[in-house]
Amino acid sequence: MINDNANLFLIFGIFTIILGVCGFYCIMVTKNFIRALIGLEILTKAVTLLIIAAGYVSNRIALAQTMVITLIVVEVVVISVAAGIVFGVFKQIGSLNITKMRNLKG
Amino acid sequence: MILTLILLTLLILAAVWAVMTRSLMMSAVGLALTSVILSVIIFTLHSPLAAVFELSVCAGLITVVFMSTMSLTKPITRTEFKKQTKDRIKRYWYLPVIMILVGLGCALMLTAPDLKPLAPALENDVRNVMWKIRQVDVLGQIIILLAGVFGVVVLFKERTKND
Repeated sequence: MINDNANLFLIFGIFTIILGVCGFYCIMVTKNFIRALIGLEILTKAVTLLIIAAGYVSNRIALAQTMVITLIVVEVVVISVAAGIVFGVFKQIGSLNITKMRNLKG
Repeated sequence: MILTLILLTLLILAAVWAVMTRSLMMSAVGLALTSVILSVIIFTLHSPLAAVFELSVCAGLITVVFMSTMSLTKPITRTEFKKQTKDRIKRYWYLPVIMILVGLGCALMLTAPDLKPLAPALENDVRNVMWKIRQVDVLGQIIILLAGVFGVVVLFKERTKND
């Protein structure tokens, strides 16, 4: 049973790392504000997956669910405020392109 | 076990599609799809409450937030789109390669953790844990929600001429 759980956690861990790489790559490479937020969302999904897997493996699934609910609330607030900031930036510079945001330069 | 592996692979594919697709709208749909698959995985791990939250909030609300942000901002023109497409392929084709390499590397390097048998949890009911053991978390959630509401109100405030 414990061996099974350890293998399951290993599999979830590997997939979490792959998902995290996907999110980080999206944030690093993109030139669009909204796509950067999508990368952030994918990173949060990776964290959610790992928390639930840890709760399942350690048989503390109720605690893990509570953590995930907190995480989801924080995630929604972050994304809403970030979307507001993106809209504010768009009103200022008229574009969603990150490379055009040079108002603070030099 | 096989079902979990299939679902996890689908999750990764949906995430890659969300990152690599050209249209922003499709990207938001891909993100919603990722959330749906993740909520199915959470459900298979015996966490129905978290799965429902993930499905309704992440797949529903966040997609709506993204869509409304996209509709409030101006889409790029067709010529810009064509120009960006070539540029995008150059930047994004590394992603699947890097992911496969990282996955293979992790599978070869990492070993299963040495889990020790734990004492059974004192409380295994979500409601009790949430309202009795982790009360401060709920307080924190309320404060964060209020801070978010305050932030959005400040960001969307109509400016008067004197500002």
